[in-house]
Amino acid sequence: MNATTYSKKDFQTDQEVRWCPGCGDYAILSAVQSVFPDLGIPKEKFVVVSGIGCSSRFPYYMNVYGFHTIHGRAPAVATGLKLARPDLDVWVATGDGDGLSIGGNHTIHMLRRNVGLKVLLFNNRIYGLTKGQYSPTSEFGKKAKSTPYGSVDRPFFPLSLALGAEATFVARSVDVFQPHLKAVLKKAAAHKGTAFLEILQNCNIFNDGAWETLTERDVKDDHTITVEHGQPLIFGKTKDKGIRMNGLNLEVVPLGNGVSEKDLIVHDERHPNPAYAFLLSRMDSTPGFPTPLGVLRAVDAPLFETGVNEQVQQIIAKRGKGDLGKLLNAGDTWEVK
Amino acid sequence: MATLEAPPPIRRRETLDQAVIRFCGDSGDGMQITGGQFTNTAAVFGNDLATFPDFPAEIRAPAGTLPGVSGFQIHFASTDVFTPGDRVDVLIAMNPAALKMNVADLKTGGILIVNVDNFKDVDLKKAQMTSNPLEDHTLDGYRLFKVDLTKLTRAALKDLGLDAKTMDRCKNFFALGMCYWLYNRSMDTTTRYLEDKFKDKPQIIEANKLAMKAGYAYCEATEAFQVSYEIPKAKLPPGRYRNISGNSALAMGLIAASQKCGLPLFLGSYPITPASDILHELSMYKNFGVLTFQAEDEIAAVTSAIGAAYGGALATTTTSGPGMALKTEAIGLAIMTELPIVICNIQRGGPSTGLPTKTEQADLMQALYGRNSEAPLPIIAASTPGDCFWVALEASRIAVKYMIPVIVLSDGYLANGAEPWKIPQLSELPNFPVTFRTDPEGFQPYKREAQTLSRPWAVPGTPGLEHRIGGLEKQDGTGNVNYEPLNHEHMVHLRAEKVQRIVQDVPDVVPEGDAEGDLLIIGWGSTYGSITAAVRSKRAAGKKIGQVHLRWLNPLPKNLHDVMKRYKKVLVPEMNLGQLVWVLRAKYLVDAISYPKVQGKPFQVSEIEAKIDEVLQ
Repeated sequence: MNATTYSKKDFQTDQEVRWCPGCGDYAILSAVQSVFPDLGIPKEKFVVVSGIGCSSRFPYYMNVYGFHTIHGRAPAVATGLKLARPDLDVWVATGDGDGLSIGGNHTIHMLRRNVGLKVLLFNNRIYGLTKGQYSPTSEFGKKAKSTPYGSVDRPFFPLSLALGAEATFVARSVDVFQPHLKAVLKKAAAHKGTAFLEILQNCNIFNDGAWETLTERDVKDDHTITVEHGQPLIFGKTKDKGIRMNGLNLEVVPLGNGVSEKDLIVHDERHPNPAYAFLLSRMDSTPGFPTPLGVLRAVDAPLFETGVNEQVQQIIAKRGKGDLGKLLNAGDTWEVK
Repeated sequence: MATLEAPPPIRRRETLDQAVIRFCGDSGDGMQITGGQFTNTAAVFGNDLATFPDFPAEIRAPAGTLPGVSGFQIHFASTDVFTPGDRVDVLIAMNPAALKMNVADLKTGGILIVNVDNFKDVDLKKAQMTSNPLEDHTLDGYRLFKVDLTKLTRAALKDLGLDAKTMDRCKNFFALGMCYWLYNRSMDTTTRYLEDKFKDKPQIIEANKLAMKAGYAYCEATEAFQVSYEIPKAKLPPGRYRNISGNSALAMGLIAASQKCGLPLFLGSYPITPASDILHELSMYKNFGVLTFQAEDEIAAVTSAIGAAYGGALATTTTSGPGMALKTEAIGLAIMTELPIVICNIQRGGPSTGLPTKTEQADLMQALYGRNSEAPLPIIAASTPGDCFWVALEASRIAVKYMIPVIVLSDGYLANGAEPWKIPQLSELPNFPVTFRTDPEGFQPYKREAQTLSRPWAVPGTPGLEHRIGGLEKQDGTGNVNYEPLNHEHMVHLRAEKVQRIVQDVPDVVPEGDAEGDLLIIGWGSTYGSITAAVRSKRAAGKKIGQVHLRWLNPLPKNLHDVMKRYKKVLVPEMNLGQLVWVLRAKYLVDAISYPKVQGKPFQVSEIEAKIDEVLQ
């Protein structure tokens, strides 16, 4: 079978999917299984690496090479794999607990190095597999199993964190927005370097409705903005609001009354200054601002695995291929007769 | 007509069979380089030798203070050398702190060279000394040589136009030159070293050469030393030799393994004393296709190695005790997914941060049992610096043959210590080419090879073998996630059995010394030298003693119990509170006697000799 003739079915396994009925993970799995056949990559070149958590069961359901590792460590396992095998197309499935709490260190260093990995961070703002503790993305004051009186620590903005860690590709989509999710998955797949995709995902058991203001039909358009490279930042059910710069801040403005599209920010995902994407990544913490969906930032930077392997080739070219006999006999030696 | 001249000083050359020198000074005095140079020169000359570099964890403790003292001891001889020596014949002390910390190890009547320029009141105060030992007769038992090392070095370098600080940095080479004269050694090896190391800094080459020659000439010209010494070449087995430290040997062993199995070497590592030199060394060998990855932490170091092994590399991670502690969960993953990685623990004093630069072998229990649940794996330990090469090679061979993570135990003493090493012929090294599974016909990720119980190594990128692995319990054969009680028990037994099968590759032990008798000494790791020297001397005195030094600590050699039964008593010296002895007692119900030492220092030969006497009384 060649790469161009795959169908979604080719990426499904015979394993019974064991997420709770109604879990947002099903939608993400379906989107990924739909996108993989279109990427033009031989099936055996795909590897899905995960950590621990509901999201990390992902590899078992993808009929490609898969590695379900340990809690938080998927980026590190995947980095080792990608260094040794740059020819592989390596995807990381992780969650807000796995990738941002126990594995936070690996996440930021993977981003800093710009390893050629596609990272799907399923963000449901809760620990699901351990049955309902608050997570590093839970809102301040979150009442959960371990915080019956409300949490007293502030959450991460995952995309702000990624940008602070020098991410070269930062994007967001939502489990139930299938066409959008598939489109962003394809963009992530095409990116050279670490593609960090936050997928807002509903845990209908322990945190149901965490994203409902972004997904409910009658309110979603006022609470989200889909950013497109080269397009002005416009949102709202009737496309009646825009976002413009005001000093160092973003400002939501109604269109009309002298405010036109020309006054708005035109989205530039390739802007060299990450400060712009950073503003977008956290603007929804201010009331009245929408949550941005789409690719916030996509810039080019050297690939870690390429740098590491090219250095090896350069040294081989310069010094010749290593000779074990010479190595063992290097330095001061003497003969005993 | 005869002219009236002063008669030439009567100089004698004495031939000895061995000597022990210790250089000690401030951490910034270059004592490790000085010792290293004397070592290379002795090695190239053809002596057998052993070294003991001993330095503080602090990079530069305040100059002149007791915590800042750094030392390097070398034992070189025309006979077999097993240890760096218990007591020293020559002590070079660059300041009062160094003198205070080291003089107790100098033999009565031994040569003591001190840099008097560093014995001012302020220096004495830094060393917490209330009176000047050069004047208060406390050193009367030694042959004391008071040398103006700083002044003489400056005088020798005065024409080079260097500042005082740079000149003073060369005084260790003045001391080195003195020792070369004292033992009639050529300065060629060190000259070559300087010319290679500082090829872009001709002034540094010149300054150090001049200082070394000045030290040599000082001894030649002054009449202070009436005797110099010769220590003839040792009678080592024929072959080509080099001087080698344990960490260098280990790095080269891993490269050799990579070449012999035909897989690229991947090292994931995080800097930690005393293991970092392996990372440094392998980072230089990129022309062997080595990928070195300085990870963000110890966990990423081992998990990246697991990822690389999954992708088909010969993968390794190097660390010391605290790093091992961090890696344990991931090692369990490698056990569960049956991926081959080589985990090198260069042990140091602990627990916690402990004694980072001091040696210990107290991580045996950690290696055996330091993981959650039933998680056995093979463990191999190096016995000498050169043995680190062979152990790294053997660990790699077993890892890929059995598809299993292997722990290599070395320690700070082996890592930094050096010995002459007979360079192997390439034909002596085992070939163990790896074949990955490629045939989809009948493929199952956990279907096992009958003899080794290893599962197939099916690397990503192979068409038709797409499969999933992970840390959840597996169904044997299919590798599918399985929670059934009897399957779990079966898999626990199977993983244990896999380790035991390695005994096929573990040679039976053959005791050195007496094949039966009053006492068997069982050791492992870096105690080999001290035990061997003690056993030899006690056997020479008529005692019936055998010695077994274990290389594989898991699985243990299959004839070990039978060998133990041939002796009346079993003694186990260890640099821990008795970890191997615990295993032997538990496994074989043998009343083995423990001899523990946990001082961050190797055993002295005399200590083991005294223990032998006590046990045989």
